[in-house]
Amino acid sequence: MIPYEQLISQSLAGLKPSGIRKFFDLLSTMDDVISLTVGQPDFVTPWHIREAAIESLERGHTYYTANAGTTDLRRAIADYLDRRFSLRYDPHHEVVVTVGGSEAIDLALRAVINPGDEVIVPVPSFVCYGPLAAMAGGVPVMLETRPEDGFKLTPERLRAAITPRTKLLVLPFPNNPTGAILTEEELCGIADVLRETNVLVLSDEIYAELTYGRRHTSFASIPGMWERTILVSGFSKAYAMTGWRMGYLAAPEPLAREMLKLHQYAIMCAPTISQFAALEALRNGDDDIAMMREEYDRRRSFLLAGLAELGIDCYPAEGAFYLYPHIGKFGLTSEEFCERLLYEGRCAIVPGTAFGDVGEGYARISYAYSMRHLEEALLRIGNFLKTL
Amino acid sequence: MDDILKILEKDATLTPEALAKMCNRTPEEIRAMIAEWEKQGVILGRRTLVDWERAGEEKARAMIEVKIDHRGAYAYDKLAERIRNYPEVKSLYLMSGTYDFLVVVEGKSLKEVAFFVSDKLSSQEIVTATATHFVMNTYKENHVMFKVPTADERINELL
Repeated sequence: MIPYEQLISQSLAGLKPSGIRKFFDLLSTMDDVISLTVGQPDFVTPWHIREAAIESLERGHTYYTANAGTTDLRRAIADYLDRRFSLRYDPHHEVVVTVGGSEAIDLALRAVINPGDEVIVPVPSFVCYGPLAAMAGGVPVMLETRPEDGFKLTPERLRAAITPRTKLLVLPFPNNPTGAILTEEELCGIADVLRETNVLVLSDEIYAELTYGRRHTSFASIPGMWERTILVSGFSKAYAMTGWRMGYLAAPEPLAREMLKLHQYAIMCAPTISQFAALEALRNGDDDIAMMREEYDRRRSFLLAGLAELGIDCYPAEGAFYLYPHIGKFGLTSEEFCERLLYEGRCAIVPGTAFGDVGEGYARISYAYSMRHLEEALLRIGNFLKTL
Repeated sequence: MDDILKILEKDATLTPEALAKMCNRTPEEIRAMIAEWEKQGVILGRRTLVDWERAGEEKARAMIEVKIDHRGAYAYDKLAERIRNYPEVKSLYLMSGTYDFLVVVEGKSLKEVAFFVSDKLSSQEIVTATATHFVMNTYKENHVMFKVPTADERINELL
């Protein structure tokens, strides 16, 4: 017998598997359940984008590309970042095309962390930052965002969390699961705290195109912040391209160069076919984004009004496609509430604790679903609440 | 307000209550808007798109090109008015190009449709020629794909 457990990397073995697995496994065995759990768009990738990928195959573009991605795509990304967020990046030295935003996050963490370096991760947030930081030898410092702050990171709390060992701040806004965004003014507050330090920032702006009522401001566009920011984004959420695994990072050359080194050894290059699709998305996809954003916004309004009618308190989040209602007042833990809603109410939402202990009392509702689906879900949640 | 029209065009089943929540208005406002559109003839009806083949019902549908004699002073509208009154006529369009009208006819069988063409269309005094094209298969109608799986393929992962 091979003693696998002794042979596995200790830091990896020490990582807990995602706690939501059990709940999702349960869900997958049940039918007649209306689910609001999925974290990806319900739209199919727009046809012109899929067609560009097909054409790339027809023309025989089946080779590796440059490590950092095709020149055309990197140029298009730099143009896009300039056009949408007034950011200047040199496409030849400061942009790397990655396999989804996730790879870019991993590269950023591994590129800067030395053993013992602290990484501040505002929570609740996407679950990958802590484990990846730990695998890179870092010490994740979970910094709770509070409901009374609208789940936004505040300068005061950030200042209190910074120590001499702080290497990196993760800025996951617009946020999964809370939907919180940071406005330009709020970002300036964060910048004022960082300006006195050498703390780097990993700004995960994958939901940048999905904000409602106001345009997204990139942290790198705040004066003085470009130099310390690794911007991570991608195509999954904005263009409904999750399965294409297309992301990118943009950073000052001394940082981008190091991340490219890792990418080159681990990945070689992002899939060529997906790069052609992404190029088409950037060139001709603005209308698609607008159409989907409008649709999400209407669903968001619908859900917010519907939850209010049911007496469920929910912060009116302005970004991503999630709402993060408070369910604590019903006298159940998040997990109890969600399991009973699943069994008795035949509706699935994600318990906030899937995002760590900080999520107790909350649940994540995704509105990447059709209106018909959302209407039925609200009906079921309403019926379930009557039984409590 | 055009927004609401666009939303309704895609999904007529949305209630004024749901529309109100989606668009931050009151149900009363929505009802008033819909009533006004109906009064003005902007909203003409609400239908369900049915794949009759899936439902197990045989239907025959044809697109019929109709040419008319232009020598008289007979107006297009007058003929259109006649043709569209037949219940067999599903759609009717005045066309540019090599023919004048496109008539979409639906019946229980090919025979029934063919009979309609010879008996009701070709017999119109100023109709000089018709060409009947039977529909063999429907792939898409009103932006809706036919005969594709509708299950949600998305996996449950904490993304």
